[in-house]
Amino acid sequence: MSDILVYVLHYQGELNKNSLGAVSEGARLAGELGGEAHAIVVGDGDDLTEDLAASLGSYGAAKVFRARAPEGLAQPVVDAMAKVMTDNGHTYALFGGGLLGFEVGAGLAARLGAGVTMEVTEVDVQDGKLVASRPILQDSKISKSRYKERGVIIGRLNAFEAKESGGGAAAVEDVEVELSPQATKATMVERGEQRGEDVDIEGADVLVAGGRGLGKAEGFGLCEELATAMGGAVAATRAVVDAGWYPYSTQIGQTGKTVAPKLYLAAGISGAIQHKVGMQSSENIVAINKDSNAPIFEFSDLGIVGDLNKILPKLTEAVKAKKGG
Amino acid sequence: MKICVLVKEVPDAAVEKRIDTSTGRMDRSGEKNLNPFDTHAIEAAMQIKEGGAVPVEEVVAVTMGPESAVRALHKAVSLGADRSVHLSDEALAGSDVAATGYALAKTLERESPDLVLLGQQSDDGECYTIGAVVAEHLGMPSLTQVIQIDVEEGKLRCERQAEYGYDTVAVELPAVISVGDAINEPRYPSLKAIMGAKKKPLDGLAAADAGIDASKVGADGSMVDCGDFTDPPQKEPGQIIEDEDTAETVEKIVAWLEERKLLS
Repeated sequence: MSDILVYVLHYQGELNKNSLGAVSEGARLAGELGGEAHAIVVGDGDDLTEDLAASLGSYGAAKVFRARAPEGLAQPVVDAMAKVMTDNGHTYALFGGGLLGFEVGAGLAARLGAGVTMEVTEVDVQDGKLVASRPILQDSKISKSRYKERGVIIGRLNAFEAKESGGGAAAVEDVEVELSPQATKATMVERGEQRGEDVDIEGADVLVAGGRGLGKAEGFGLCEELATAMGGAVAATRAVVDAGWYPYSTQIGQTGKTVAPKLYLAAGISGAIQHKVGMQSSENIVAINKDSNAPIFEFSDLGIVGDLNKILPKLTEAVKAKKGG
Repeated sequence: MKICVLVKEVPDAAVEKRIDTSTGRMDRSGEKNLNPFDTHAIEAAMQIKEGGAVPVEEVVAVTMGPESAVRALHKAVSLGADRSVHLSDEALAGSDVAATGYALAKTLERESPDLVLLGQQSDDGECYTIGAVVAEHLGMPSLTQVIQIDVEEGKLRCERQAEYGYDTVAVELPAVISVGDAINEPRYPSLKAIMGAKKKPLDGLAAADAGIDASKVGADGSMVDCGDFTDPPQKEPGQIIEDEDTAETVEKIVAWLEERKLLS
């Protein structure tokens, strides 16, 4: 039997968009394999209702397992998925992009003795088995993974598109999970703390994004001035948000927002994969970086090798002159 | 408290990375260096040791890799580790993430650490999943991308950014923690530390020494086959301007933006 179990992350009564994409992808692949796609949700709050779980049916889940266990941490999910896969004989586990999926998927592969592939951008069926494609070496090559027995496939952020399949509510089965010792030794003290003010960047046509190359928190002033002149907003990388230079609400990438503005101007951003996945669909990408080897130049439409401290103020002036004139 | 830091030798960022198409493995020849992310893990260990909240008896750097990986251990020791352990065996070549994590876990078992630290991802294979695999085999709690660690007797208070904002998690020791690069600014080794690094104890282990089941490692013991390397669809290369005269550069940028109606 070639069934697929898809992990679905939820938070405060809402299902994660990348997880929904993974359910749609799982349903498509299960159809080709001649099996079923099932989903699993794990949580201990009142927001994990039967209706919320059952709604995954409309993305193609034939059945939804619901486990009552601590949420927001990986190891309780490993316990739940290992039990469900062992009891029901699923061959594959599938995850959408995101931090927790990486942790759960890796732990699950170790527990079940399965093969695991992360950062997957495409999955195909060949000879009745799943084959996962994964970009490697800074996206310069694609490698294909085949599994000897069980396979754990962890998608890259935004790799799988959520599609409503027209299916109705799925059957929800509650499962009892006995937590492993390691799963009881980490406890969430506070989850989802928002650091810095709440800024809406997702609707902006122009984003001026700043990274570590700005040198210090005050460097964001240069980005703000240019963004104001262009009628846009300011975004940031994880490194500078973690460093406390700019609000979390403006962060692009893996654990931040995904954007696709008309213009994305990256200042002092090297272009790590974790950032790229959140902005690569932008219509026009302009990068300013003093390091000519920065990966961002490989996927920008216009790259400027130079000192942003010299370029940004002059660019702001020039844009103001054009807009005013 | 005893801290083990997992480190890895990776091709220098300045060297072009490539796949050896005959073996399907990363071509690991050429210039090598300590994985930059791992320097943050060593620094985190040193800060716990020097912080004094709990006494730290020892910081041990552990690696798995070919003979040349000794250089990564020397670097780790020059940054403050007290000694190092090098797991090296032909049988381990071609191990996937799960098999590598198993082999490292067996090596760590011999050391009985209270805390295992590692960098959140390695620069060459982006396997930022290794911590979770190691933790599963050791039966320890685990957390990745941690940017703040506060140590108390027998437990840690960790902060990290996850899907919905910043999470604070209490973790009982022993534990496996992958740190993010925002956790600290790694120190530079002193000349004296660099010179002295080769004199610090280094244990060389073969797979059997660590009690590793050879059927679970190497290409044969791995549960995933990687291959069929292809080139991704090529994006039209972008235009590059080297800034020499900034006024001129800005003029070019403005013209480029206007051409695409981005300034209207």
